[in-house]
Amino acid sequence: MAEEIRLMKGNEAIGEAAVRAGCRAYFGYPITPQNELTAYMAKHMLAKGRIFIQAESEVAAINMVYGASSTGARAMTSSSSPGVSLKQEGISYLCGADLPAVIVNVARSGPGLGGISPSQGDYFQATRGGGHGDYYTIVLAPKGVQDAADLTYEAFSISEKWRVPVLVLADGLIGQMMEGVVLPEPIDPATLPRWQWAVGHSVEMGRPYNHVSSINLVPDELEAANRKRFARYGQIKKELLRYEEIEVEDADVVFVAYGTSARVSHGALEMARAKGMKVGLFRPVTLWPFPYARLLELAEKGKRFLCVEMSMGQMVEDVRLAVNGKAPVYFYGRCGGNIPSQEEVFAEVARLMGK
Amino acid sequence: MTEKTFMAGFGGQGIISLGQLWVYSAMKEGLKVTFFPFYGAEKRGGIARASVIVSDSEIKSPLVTSADSVVVMNQDSVEIAEKVCKEGGTIFVNSSLVKTDPARPDAKIVHVPCNDIALKLGDVRIANMVMMGALGKVTGALKLDKLESILKGFFPASKHSLISLNIAAVEEGKKAVS
Repeated sequence: MAEEIRLMKGNEAIGEAAVRAGCRAYFGYPITPQNELTAYMAKHMLAKGRIFIQAESEVAAINMVYGASSTGARAMTSSSSPGVSLKQEGISYLCGADLPAVIVNVARSGPGLGGISPSQGDYFQATRGGGHGDYYTIVLAPKGVQDAADLTYEAFSISEKWRVPVLVLADGLIGQMMEGVVLPEPIDPATLPRWQWAVGHSVEMGRPYNHVSSINLVPDELEAANRKRFARYGQIKKELLRYEEIEVEDADVVFVAYGTSARVSHGALEMARAKGMKVGLFRPVTLWPFPYARLLELAEKGKRFLCVEMSMGQMVEDVRLAVNGKAPVYFYGRCGGNIPSQEEVFAEVARLMGK
Repeated sequence: MTEKTFMAGFGGQGIISLGQLWVYSAMKEGLKVTFFPFYGAEKRGGIARASVIVSDSEIKSPLVTSADSVVVMNQDSVEIAEKVCKEGGTIFVNSSLVKTDPARPDAKIVHVPCNDIALKLGDVRIANMVMMGALGKVTGALKLDKLESILKGFFPASKHSLISLNIAAVEEGKKAVS
């Protein structure tokens, strides 16, 4: 039987993918442009007898995720930029307690209350932990509706494997636009494993009771716990790195862009190739871990880079770190909720190439 | 084949429904699609616009910034059409409401008296479907021959009596530009 293609908004596809991934508990609070996601979960989680709570605030929602995740349940929250800022304390606690969780940011423009239009201004917050203390979260950046569904579905198992929260960093365009999507196979939450680290079921599982907490007042013990977590981060950097390359091999200039900007840059790439200009596209799928080594390899092959973002320039700093002065790195960005057109990105690369 | 269409009108004219039904039809006809709406917070009135792309290959930028075709449902949207239409593109004008043509001598202007045709069929609310018929016919991007099953899913059961009227509107739109 052919797989059914459904026409869905990104927000709804993320919701359905989470339901299919066996998400047991969703906690949210409304904010544009991710409202359809919370609405979708309200309808479908309750219909399946799972947990949906519209919390009294974003802070409450992330702490509910902490509680649900402590029991070993697949738990999720979602919001948009200002709301994700509010969740940072809870995300830091999740990381300190080595709990898995899925957090979706359908980002909008900032800073402050900003606007409700799409933006990539949360890159720093997403890739540098975002809250207090020494930690990272895994960050996945979808480029469209299908990708948003696939990455959200996978985020749950990635998060459990590494016991690190996974942030799915989308933006208002990916949340609001409709595209065709083939949804992944549903998982029955009852078939998911019970974890040794979770609270509850200690008698049935024949283990001592667990106390899930992020507090440790003994410096040497806390340092040891942090070092153990960073050893895991080292493994994640080896095993989880993902990126997509389009026509990079013979390119003189390579766009580096993620999410919506990668789609726009791909359009600009086509315009450039039609004029015989050797332009490629490098799209990080994991923003943390970031594919530093591959970018360095490309820099050593003599490529130049044009980083395209819906921000004043954030990922471009990682691109510069990656190439370590071995190649020129240029930047083109729009912000405030503006999305660059493929024509303006093309004009920028044409200017760089002296065409 | 890639057809990038920009649709514009005022809230309540069915721009969003037009865009959605256009991409539903394209999916049924085996194409890839993206649909990105922009609208204000108003319940009615205000502006409604949509970037709509149907293609037989992977769609890159989902934003329509250089449109192959533009749909202009009201007078206020003429200016947008002048800006967004590509060199030599096609502009579909709802000539029932739009009295001045877009100032784009390079573009092909197609006049469709959508409201008049819809009123003749008995319901002004299907003006958008008249436009869809014209858009399909002139661009050749879609056949629009699978609407019945799409509309069955699109409308709640209580509105299924309106399906034949909607299909008639699409057919009249095709005829108006034949």
